[in-house]
Amino acid sequence: MAVKTMRDAINEALFIEMRRDGRVIVLGEDVSGGAGGTGIRDAAGGVFGVTKGLFPEFGEDRVIDTPISESAIIGAANGAALAGLRPVAEIMFADFIGVCLDQIMNQAAKFRYMFGGKCVTPIVVRMAMGAGMNAAGQHSQTIYPMVTSIPGLKVAVPSNPADAKGLLATAIRDDDPVIFLEHKALYSRKGEVPDGEYLVPFGVGSTTREGKDVTLVAIARMVGFAERVADKLAAEGITCDVIDPRTTSPLDEELILESVANTGRLVIVDESNPRCSVAADISSIVAEKAFSYLKAPIIPVTAPHSPVPFARELERVYVPSPERIEAAVRSVMKAG
Amino acid sequence: MQLNRSEMLRAYRQMRLIREFEERLHIENRTGEIAGFTHLYSGQEAVAVGVCENLNKSDFIISTHRGHGHCIAKGGDVPSMMMEIYGRRDGLCKGRGGSMHIADIEQGILGANGIVGAGSPIAVGAALAAKIKKNGGVAVSFIGDGASNQGTVFEAMNMAVVLKVPKIFAFENNGYSEHTGAHYGIGAPDIVQRIKSFGMPVFEYDGFDFFSVHEAARQAIDYARSGNGPAAIYGVTTRYFGHFEGDPQNYRAKGEVEMFRTEKDCMLRFRKMVSDAQLLDVAELDGIDTEVLALIEQSVVNAKAAPPPPPETVTQDVYVSY
Ligand SMILES: Cc1ncc(C[n+]2csc(CCOP(=O)(O)OP(=O)(O)O)c2C)c(N)n1
Ligand SMILES: [Mg+2]
Repeated sequence: MAVKTMRDAINEALFIEMRRDGRVIVLGEDVSGGAGGTGIRDAAGGVFGVTKGLFPEFGEDRVIDTPISESAIIGAANGAALAGLRPVAEIMFADFIGVCLDQIMNQAAKFRYMFGGKCVTPIVVRMAMGAGMNAAGQHSQTIYPMVTSIPGLKVAVPSNPADAKGLLATAIRDDDPVIFLEHKALYSRKGEVPDGEYLVPFGVGSTTREGKDVTLVAIARMVGFAERVADKLAAEGITCDVIDPRTTSPLDEELILESVANTGRLVIVDESNPRCSVAADISSIVAEKAFSYLKAPIIPVTAPHSPVPFARELERVYVPSPERIEAAVRSVMKAG
Repeated sequence: MQLNRSEMLRAYRQMRLIREFEERLHIENRTGEIAGFTHLYSGQEAVAVGVCENLNKSDFIISTHRGHGHCIAKGGDVPSMMMEIYGRRDGLCKGRGGSMHIADIEQGILGANGIVGAGSPIAVGAALAAKIKKNGGVAVSFIGDGASNQGTVFEAMNMAVVLKVPKIFAFENNGYSEHTGAHYGIGAPDIVQRIKSFGMPVFEYDGFDFFSVHEAARQAIDYARSGNGPAAIYGVTTRYFGHFEGDPQNYRAKGEVEMFRTEKDCMLRFRKMVSDAQLLDVAELDGIDTEVLALIEQSVVNAKAAPPPPPETVTQDVYVSY
């Protein structure tokens, strides 16, 4: 174990998997950076520095800087995957999925099913997501509800460095297409990360705090916020299960349902817009399968139904805050 | 075509406005007061101004993530732009868009755009509207070397030719697409040939020379305005600052930016050309510099003191009605 940032943990997973399996390639815009420039190659290693060092070790056959052509990036990843490679494609900001959605939604997600189960498309699409950097409406979205709703895709949403490392390794070894969403505001977050090969299975959530009063399900950056609230309220005697599903598809329904069966109260924290969100999805699953356990109405804590605003003062009210989470927990406690 | 005195003075002032706006933002950025991503246009002024000086207020432009220069050149209000970049209530977009989404529809500015390549098809539509309305208008999209590889740009070029719309594709090769050299990403050995092969004329310019850009843009715009369909302009320029503020530019050779600043700067070149030819007096240009500096200073002071957007506006204007 060593303390690492989420950026370094992801980088380490890429190194390990690329050393382990010669079929793994990385492609995307500026993934080494400096190609065709007058200065240093691999100066940045991606705009967020996540792919740094891969180019010097693995060379240009396996670490491929591409033109700004998202459709062709994912299309090429799809084709390379069908032909036996294991591409890790990078879409710099998750918002740019808008440019290449066809290749993700109509192609990668459906090949196996439509071709009668006779192929695999083992691509990983890494994307940086989330608000918190005042990057405004086209560089801040959390697009996991959309991809979670598409059959054929798996979706990972790590909340800490260890999970990021383990989930990415699993994603690369998985034979299905995986959308791997890295929250930008978590890149510099530090945590203990197991050394060497490390795998976190898909569809297995983790309970990061244990309690008996309220189940707090949170996604990605929201997990840290939920933990903060749980720790604060524990001092007052209100205890929460904090559940991080880690993948939204497949979803660890069992873990959530078991917790709700114990607590009878559910708050779901999701940075996405409220309609058709993961919060709405989990809420409906619990209403359907654990209704009799509920002592209070489920409370989703989400962003409002608006694009992500630019100004600090607006983004602050857009992103679910620990204060809003705390208020929701107190509210379900009062309700029953 | 020869510009008259007032046209030249105006063009110089526009370039100076952009330069001082950006140089000041570069400094202000380091105070940490400006949120988000800021992409500066310093070095490329001759292109934006060379194009926009040929446009009417009712013509449309659509810009890129590096949008301040295009917006100022098309008549965007400088103090309101500054407020927007500071995320203020009274900014051009009420603090909701910031640097990457500055828009001023009344001035024909359909917005800076955070999605590389998204502008060209939108400008095709604006040009189509002008064609259908028969109002003599044109629409221009600015396209970086990096953006020139985006599928949406290829689609827009082809469709503009098919629909024969009054659309100008303004290509600006500043040598880099983020950290990647322009030549790396553009497969064709000759970019101009690649554009021409879509079936439109390309007028080439020297991006360090305002007069050269102005003339190329004039020809392209005349061509499109006269009902011949789309046209393109293409030239080479450079950016002085990093891709975004905070980028150390290690992918560029040491001394590259300094060389451009001292040897090829479009503002220095303009001053030298007009004073050597005795078209304008240096003192007049200095006067403009002083006036512009004061305007930028005032804009920054006002922006810093201005109130933020009220929190409840976060859900305003999502729809017209809901
Ligand atoms: C669809 C999309 N892909 C990638 C990006 C990230 N990005 C922003 S600017 C940029 C480079 C653009 O280069 P160029 O078109 O040459 O414009 P310049 O920055 O040089 O003005 C990239 C890759 C983006 N904003 N949108
Ligand atoms: Mg460029």
